[in-house]
Amino acid sequence: MIANAYELIVYILTMTGIYEPTYALFQSFGAEYLLRVIIVFFEIGILFVFVLLTVMFLTWMERKVVAMVQSRYGPMVTGPRGLFQPVMDGVKLIGKEDIIPEKADRWIFTLAPFIVFVPALLVFIPLPFGESLIISDLRVGLLYIIAISALSPVAILLAGWASNNKYALLGAMRAVAQDISYTIPLALSAIAVVMLTGSLSTVDIVNAQSGTWFGIIPKWFILLQPLGFVLFLIASIAEMGRIPFDFQESEQELVAGFFTEYSGMKFAMFFLAEYAHLFAVSGIIVTLFLGGWSGPVLPFIPVQITSLVYFLIKTYVVIFFAMWLRDTVPRVRIDQLLNLGWKIMIPLALLNLLVTGFLVTAGVI
Amino acid sequence: METDEFILNMGPVHPSTHGVLRFKLRMDGEIIKDCQVVLGYLHRGTEKLAEMKTYLQFIPYTDRLDYISAMPNNYAYVKAVEELAGTEVPLRAEYIRVLAMELNRIVNHLVFMGSLLLDLGASTMIMYGFREREKALQLFEMLCGARMTFSYFRIGGVREDLPEGFIPKLNEFMNDMEKRITDYEDLINGNEIFLMRMKNIGVISAEEAINYGMTGPSLRGSGVNYDIRKMEPYSIYPDLDFKACVYPECDSYARYMVRVDEMRESLHILRQIVDTIPESNVIATQKYGVAPMTGMPYTAQTYFPRIFTPPAGEVYSRIEAPKGELGFYVVSDGTTKPYRVKIRSPSFCNLTAIPKMVVGLKIPDLIAAFGTIDVVLGDVDR
Repeated sequence: MIANAYELIVYILTMTGIYEPTYALFQSFGAEYLLRVIIVFFEIGILFVFVLLTVMFLTWMERKVVAMVQSRYGPMVTGPRGLFQPVMDGVKLIGKEDIIPEKADRWIFTLAPFIVFVPALLVFIPLPFGESLIISDLRVGLLYIIAISALSPVAILLAGWASNNKYALLGAMRAVAQDISYTIPLALSAIAVVMLTGSLSTVDIVNAQSGTWFGIIPKWFILLQPLGFVLFLIASIAEMGRIPFDFQESEQELVAGFFTEYSGMKFAMFFLAEYAHLFAVSGIIVTLFLGGWSGPVLPFIPVQITSLVYFLIKTYVVIFFAMWLRDTVPRVRIDQLLNLGWKIMIPLALLNLLVTGFLVTAGVI
Repeated sequence: METDEFILNMGPVHPSTHGVLRFKLRMDGEIIKDCQVVLGYLHRGTEKLAEMKTYLQFIPYTDRLDYISAMPNNYAYVKAVEELAGTEVPLRAEYIRVLAMELNRIVNHLVFMGSLLLDLGASTMIMYGFREREKALQLFEMLCGARMTFSYFRIGGVREDLPEGFIPKLNEFMNDMEKRITDYEDLINGNEIFLMRMKNIGVISAEEAINYGMTGPSLRGSGVNYDIRKMEPYSIYPDLDFKACVYPECDSYARYMVRVDEMRESLHILRQIVDTIPESNVIATQKYGVAPMTGMPYTAQTYFPRIFTPPAGEVYSRIEAPKGELGFYVVSDGTTKPYRVKIRSPSFCNLTAIPKMVVGLKIPDLIAAFGTIDVVLGDVDR
């Protein structure tokens, strides 16, 4: 049993006969840890490239989905069906002038776009992309994910405050209010899942969902936790800040919210972080409620590959749902959003927790 | 904790001020304590320009007032001048004019729905609205060659008769539109978020609305049955069967619903016109001022001189434009140029009610309420 991506790399290297001589070489210097560090860096490199490519693909996909809903084509010129549009956008954004407003707090203003990217990447560490395709199976994986995603409002507040712009500040304030009120139902509905599995580890959660009832129905937690799933989905969309909950940047009201003053690559960083976050959150929803990477095992194909494919398919379904939602509904108002969060979602999440607790104690599920 | 109110200058360059309008808002956090509308960023001195143009030359300037619906602007002006000169307009010309105006009303309300939903954060409706608008604009293009600034109406009639194949294409548009309106209602009307954003927001009572001089769909959304097409019938409207759409709720949702219903009514009017349009000239054949040029082809110019001198006098003429009461006050001193033209534009008068509507609400409500007033800045600033 290969526990994580590090061991998978070691396994592949061993199978190809490279690992043993290399290890011996490093051992002769007395620096085995160096090999370990190199492999970990390699791993992180793969993750980073994967996330960046995904984000580029998502920006393209978002445009295509919007275009599909609105009965038009979307980007068509650059590359096959406009697939290289994100590349061209990136090139354009790099070429833009990097404007820092005169009265802005220069240091924080420059730092904020990079800080916002950190939680968006860190959240991928305990996310299982497939059987043994996980950077590190933390024993408190779920707690880690919730804690890390609670970091992003800090960066947003920094950006909004440092811009010295009223719209940016209002946007940042809204983002923080929204994040605080939606992290609670998010965490509460995630706890219900933990009660079912008895473990915070994401791998355990996925394993608990493998297998089927009566040979057909997959043992996904969405069936045991329908209310929890809906609450988690709504809270996730609110936390991501997408329509109908995109207050931090509601353009018709606040121009562009907290990144009103940003231009060029700094603006692109916010953009990238947003889509990285979208992918991460969809991945978490899949892991918690839609069976993660579990699916029918196919013969002759390594389980790592099939599980990765299952995971990506499920994740993209969730992403598609979020994009579809964005094109269909208007935005709610900020106070209505907070009302929904505090007065409806938190009581419902608590109720869900109570019912789950009863059922688990009674041994029904 | 000590809190402080602050002034937020919303606009003139802002995504949802529909052009260049500035709201000076005194804000307590997100709550609007005071709202002041600052106008004039698009002022072009249209009324003064009118004094330097001949009567005919001024028609293109009226296109630029409410550029979303230029046909009614044209009509309001030529109607005023015709009343001044006592011109008899051929019946077919009147039918074509009403046809063009009602088609323009549909276009206007499509843009209204699109931009309102865009203001609320739903980007899809504007694409749908513009898809149908494109078909209507193609019809206008067939009529007069222009898509937005038509200058199609002439004093005494219209420039040209309906072109070949116009009526079949119009029928096609109307059949399509009937289904589309139902589509829009499916998309928007039942949407819980939309209702949350529109119901009981931007309330203005009937009495206040009248005091502020609101007209058109915005007033009818406050439950006042006031439609100039009914109150003071002009053109061929007395012969047509249609009803003024009134909703008594006084809120943003009522103002939105009035416009959706008006699109249906306009389609109904269009169908009647298509069925009953008579055959005749499309431009008045009386001679005014100077004799018509001889040996010229049968166009508006032949029958109607470029230099046109109505008798001295003054007239105020008003019509029901898609946004409300559009009035032209024209004073003639018996020369070839108007002595004074005053434009009473619906957008301007409706806009004055905004501060009343939004005090105590939040910025998103200001955007929603402003969206339902349906303002075009070219019409506000003139």
